[in-house]
Parts: sequence; structure tokens; C-alpha cells
Amino acid sequence: MPADIFANRRKNIFLFLAFIAALTTGSMVLTQFDPVNGLISILKAFFWGLSNFYPDVQSLSHITDILVKLRDTILMSIASSVAAAVLAMALALMGSRSTRIHVFFTYFSRGIGSFFRNVPLVAWAMVLMLSFSQSSLTGFLALFFGSLGFLTRAFMETLDEVGESTVEALKATGAAYYHIIFQAVLPSSLPQMLSWLLFMIETNIRDATLVGFLTGTGIGFLFDVYYKSFNYHVASLIVIVTVITVIAMESISNMVRREIL
Amino acid sequence: MTTGPENKIKFSGLEKPVTRAMIVIRLTLSILAVITFYSLITLDYGSVNIPRAVCDTLNNFRTIFIHPFSRRLSIPDIFYEILVTIGLSILITVFSGVIALFLGLLGARNLSPKRVTSAVKAFVAFIRAVPSILWVLIFAVSAGLGSTAAVIGLSFHSIGYLTKAFAECYEELDRGVIDALKSTGAGWWTIVFQAVIPSSATYLLSWTFLRFELNFSNAVAMGAAAGAAGIGFDLFMSSTMYFDLHEVGLITYFILAFAVTLEIIAMKVKSKLKEK
Repeated sequence: MPADIFANRRKNIFLFLAFIAALTTGSMVLTQFDPVNGLISILKAFFWGLSNFYPDVQSLSHITDILVKLRDTILMSIASSVAAAVLAMALALMGSRSTRIHVFFTYFSRGIGSFFRNVPLVAWAMVLMLSFSQSSLTGFLALFFGSLGFLTRAFMETLDEVGESTVEALKATGAAYYHIIFQAVLPSSLPQMLSWLLFMIETNIRDATLVGFLTGTGIGFLFDVYYKSFNYHVASLIVIVTVITVIAMESISNMVRREIL
Repeated sequence: MTTGPENKIKFSGLEKPVTRAMIVIRLTLSILAVITFYSLITLDYGSVNIPRAVCDTLNNFRTIFIHPFSRRLSIPDIFYEILVTIGLSILITVFSGVIALFLGLLGARNLSPKRVTSAVKAFVAFIRAVPSILWVLIFAVSAGLGSTAAVIGLSFHSIGYLTKAFAECYEELDRGVIDALKSTGAGWWTIVFQAVIPSSATYLLSWTFLRFELNFSNAVAMGAAAGAAGIGFDLFMSSTMYFDLHEVGLITYFILAFAVTLEIIAMKVKSKLKEK
């Protein structure tokens, strides 16, 4: 009956909304989130930003310093993503359904991927900091571990999509294992993998700020220094430079993606 | 996403032809390789004695992963802190989901005029380009360090992500459905609530859940970097203030357990998305 459908739909929507409302209220109590203060602070932050958070003439004298750190951050993000991609590729080839030698390797690669992805970036940064101290290497390694987890999973999914049938067909022609991989599997999945790698680089530039914050390196650290010394003009300049970099990086990867996919 | 093999492998004689896509791939890979080599060589190694640092790190990892325990925090304590972090991520997800639901409508090409969609898309791209930690710190100036600033700052980033995803979901809706409803005289809101949202509801929920997973790890990070409440803050304290690696281990295991559970659910959600 049509009336029933509408009544049912209304009931379901009501239950769903009630569930979400209960969840939200519970979370607010648990986290001591103050919605009124939150709303006010958005407005306050907006007006505060208009009156304080913009680069002035004096802050422009710091631009060389910022650009040097920015260069370090970009290089670090690219290097960590590429290094992680190389290792992730090996793990993915080992574990993918289409190229694995034994099911055991799938669990192995999946486990490693899941482990590195889910141990929080903060934990990596903190632990590495103890022995590698405040050097760029700490940031590099922290980003490397996080990227390794993500890329292993992404690459494995990409290789899985090539499908077992292609590999089986080639096996039937008597092609050797490395021929199958280098002539069929890799060429057909390379564009997608490259696309993931570019995505990882974008993400890492953003995450490098966080890691830099925790480990005292790169542009994140620079922001921290100026932010904590209330020099908001320079801090805002850093934000602007970061935004431009991320957007530029995104447009470059989108250009590449359009060409290859 | 990948183009079929028929577009790429066109044999002319015995030579493999060089397509434009192949040139771009090779060029990109070589540039990335050169940059990587360059940055690994010129990386600021400081005064780090690398072999010793590696040994130390391995030792630390052993402490963390093989001997996790804590004197300061009991298991219920950690459980409670994890719950707080989950609470933060729920708030972030709900707020950003509701806002993105409407902002996505303005960003969908089939529902809004072109000028509006471009404005929304540019706005959203800007929001996403600012690293989440910076959003949190900017709001911390007016709201003070803590959960309020973390929730609002991270919601911003999450809005950017979900608006883009939602707008793409709405755009998948068949043009004919909207035209048919328009011809019956249905208004914009009727079209939205009776056709657009019901037909994309599953996708919207899946995207929201995938974002919840990300919000959880972000909430952990903000606890450490911006003093927001929850397990991230404990992680920060135990590693930088108490230097208690055993405790770091215990906390890491708890976070890992929850994150892996979320990942498994997310994987099921994703495969459902792909089926459709």
C-alpha cells in the first residue's frame, strides 16, 4: 500500500534522526564540547582573522626563511612517498590476488599495510624523535611509515583489479612469472598506481605540517614558532604559502591524471 | 578508471608504439625519482649517528610492542579516553555531514547554477588545502585549546572533503529524473528531498563512514598536537613528558585495535559501494 510506504519512510527517517541526535548529545557530554562557545568562537575567529591574521609588510621579510622550509617540506614529502611506494610495490606484488605465490603472502602484506596505516602518525613521530632527535630524518621516516601502510593497501587493490584471468591466460601461453608481471600486470596498473602516488604526495605535504609540528622540522615547526610567539602576521603568511603549494600540487597531479588515466 | 588495453597497446609492426600517456608516466616517474634522490642526499641529517639511531629505534619498538603496560593509566582509563576520542570524531562527522549535505547541493552541477557550483568548489578546495592542524590552531585562538577548537577546526577539513564527495554523488542522479519531477511542477526542495537525497542516501552514508575513519585518526593527532582531549593527549604526554615507552605501547595497541576494526568495516562498506 502506498500510504504504508510513506509512513514507513517517515518512521525510518525519524528513527535515524533520533539516533544521530542521541549520538551527538552523548558525544557532547562525553567530550565536554560546548556548542554555544563553539558557535561564538567561529564568529570570533572570523573577526579576529580579519583584524590580525593577514601578512603585513614586515612579515614579508621572513619570506626567504619560509620558502627554504617549504622546499624542505616538499622534498621530504616527495621523497617519503616515493620511497614508501617502492617498498609498497614489492609488498603489493607479493600479496595481490593476481600475482601472489601463496595465500599466506596476502595476509602478510595486508597485515603490514594495516599495521603501518593504523598506528597513529603521532606515535611514529614521537618514537622516532627519541632516537633521531630534531632532524628532517625523523619527519621523513614518520611520513614514510604512514605512507607505506596506505600505499600497500592501495597498490594491492589496484593489482587485484587487473584480475586473475589475465594472469591465467598468460600462464597458459607459458609466459614466465616475471614476464607476466613486467609485461602485463605492471603496465596495465601503472597509471592507477602513479595516481595513488601523486595523491600520497599531496596528503603528505599536508601531513608534513603536523609531523613538523610534533618533531620540530619543516614548515610546521616554523608555524609553531611564530604562532606561539603571537606573531600572527608571519604565521598567516605561512598558511597562505602552504595553501598555494597544496593547490599547485593538486593541479599538477590532476593534469598528470588527465593524461594517463 | 584505467582505460582498456585497446587504447594503449596498438601494435604497428613489432615495435611497441610510444603513446602520450606513456611519455607522461615515464616523465613523471623520472622527475619524482630525481627529486627523491636529491632530497635523500641533501636531507638535513643533523648530528644523528644513523646506525645507532636505528638500533635505538628498534629497541624502542621492542619496548613498545612487546612490553606494553602502564602504571599511570588503568585499562578503564584508556578505554574512557578512547571513548572521548570517538566522541570527538562523531561530533566532527555529524557536524560536517549535515553542512556538507546542503553545501553539496550547491556544489552539484545538476542542481545549481554554474556560477554557484564553481564558487562552492573553489571554497571547498581552499578549505581542504589548509592542513587540519592549522585550522585547529586558528580556532584555538578564540575558543582556547581543547575539544571545542579541535571539533570545529577538524569539521572544517571534513566539510571540504564531504562536500566534494556528496556533490559528486548528487551529480550521478539521472538528468531525466529531475526533468520529470520539474515537469510535474515540483519545486527545488521537493526534488531534493524526494529524489536526490533518497536515491543517493546509501552513498552518502558510506562516504560519511569512510570520513569517520579519517576523523578518528585526525582526532588522535589533534589530541597530541593541539591539546584536544582524548587518547591522543595521553599518547603525547606519555612520550614527551613521562618518556614511558611501555605506556606508549599500551595506548598504541588500543588505538590500533579500534582503528583496525574501523578499517575492516570500511572495507566492507567500500566493496558494497563498488558493487553498485
